[in-house]
Amino acid sequence: MTQYAILIFEREAEGGQAPDLPPEILEAHGALPGRIVEKGGKELGGIALEPSATATTIRGDLVTDGPFIETKEALAGVFVIEARDLDHAIELAKMTPIVSGGVEVRPLVALDFSGLTS
Amino acid sequence: MLAATVRVTRDLDAAEEAVQDAYVQALTRWGRDGVPARPGAWLTTVARRTALNNLRRQRTLRAKLPLLLMDVDAVPGVEAAALDDAAPIPDDRLRLIFTCCHPALSQEAQVALTLRLVCGVSTPDIAHAFLVAEPTMAARITRAKKKIAAARIPYAVPAARDLPVRVDAVLTVIHLLYATGHTAHSGTNLVRDELTGRALDLARMLRPLLPSEPETAGLLALLLVHQARRATRTDAHGRLLRLEEQDRTAWDRELIAEADLLVVGALRAGPPGRFTLQAAIASLHAQAPSYADTDWPQIRTLYDELLRRWPSPVVALNRAVAVSMVDGPAAALLEVEGLEADGRLTGYRYLPATKADLLTRLGRHAEAAAAYRAALALSDNAAEQEFLQDRLSRTPLP
Repeated sequence: MTQYAILIFEREAEGGQAPDLPPEILEAHGALPGRIVEKGGKELGGIALEPSATATTIRGDLVTDGPFIETKEALAGVFVIEARDLDHAIELAKMTPIVSGGVEVRPLVALDFSGLTS
Repeated sequence: MLAATVRVTRDLDAAEEAVQDAYVQALTRWGRDGVPARPGAWLTTVARRTALNNLRRQRTLRAKLPLLLMDVDAVPGVEAAALDDAAPIPDDRLRLIFTCCHPALSQEAQVALTLRLVCGVSTPDIAHAFLVAEPTMAARITRAKKKIAAARIPYAVPAARDLPVRVDAVLTVIHLLYATGHTAHSGTNLVRDELTGRALDLARMLRPLLPSEPETAGLLALLLVHQARRATRTDAHGRLLRLEEQDRTAWDRELIAEADLLVVGALRAGPPGRFTLQAAIASLHAQAPSYADTDWPQIRTLYDELLRRWPSPVVALNRAVAVSMVDGPAAALLEVEGLEADGRLTGYRYLPATKADLLTRLGRHAEAAAAYRAALALSDNAAEQEFLQDRLSRTPLP
């Protein structure tokens, strides 16, 4: 199994404010780990980010407000899955509930210690 | 003892192997050092440790496997064998081509990898064919191989659900290969023949490997018709000839008949895909006794269907030519002007060239000359430039 990060990009409200997430999207996020297991994968964990308006950026010594990269669709969260290969990871990532945006699938640098302890 | 070892391996065969290995070690060690106080525990510990070591080794091996697979460059002589009968069994070739044409790779990378790994063409030759510097092409191929390994692009035939989309990606790469060889912007004839030959080989190879996909027959038929007409595309001086000027007696009838059979079979297999429809159009042209005596209404119907399945402005432009033969140049010009306003074909030299031809047929020579000049400015192929220059010089100016 290979580990992949699924980066969720969602369109934010005006001024980098949180979009209104419909309840069915939130519900689908809750059901996602179970659905991933049904498809033979595993969710190892994830994080959800506050909207980009709450971000602080540091370049060298300069501290500024806002996200490092400003985009229409902002990074909203990341979760990590285990999948057999990229095709499997894509199949699992396609189940991510999305309002207006998409996801990026990135392999993690292989640091796999699971199963080697006894 | 076996069960304890299976818990480590989760694989009965591997566990059995480890246990046997433990007994072998016991024979030598116990003979030398004496039987340990708890022989059962000793054996179990050794078996589990052996199993664990094997597992680690396998995991490392599996992680390295994609790299080994992709490292044929490092082994001289291996590459040339890729299309020989002795080389990988058909299923392996199919897996390899699906890996090379994975949508997670850029199309440039897909084309380069297919040539390199499936066809065994050398990196300098690929660089030459696509008019890029050798180090650039080498870097492109290396980057793609790294992505295959890091993202674990599978070495497998896709699941049935994904197959049509993935087959389309493979066929697109093969078609692109042929088209690059066919209409090479520059480069020697040798390079061009090499590319068209490789593309035909691939299309022929793919058909028996994917018998349930009619589009593989469609692509092969399309390439065969192009191939059948290749000798008449230019005259003795290398000047480009239009379809209506080409010597139809010089077309390869055998290839055209083969293509026709494939098209008929693919059309019977269900709703035709874009390659089958293009092949059907090309096949109708190839079987017509002359340009004027072509079944233009049927060709326009096929283009309507093609445009529905594949809404591309290039298809719409080609359809306009069929419209001009059925409804006249004025009706076609309206459609071309619509495409021009649409903007998606900006910089596409065949748009002003088509427009120029329609304007000439309508007797609007000044506008035709302007359109020929616009097409000339966009073309970087010597044969095409000469053709357009010739058309321009024949356009009467007020």
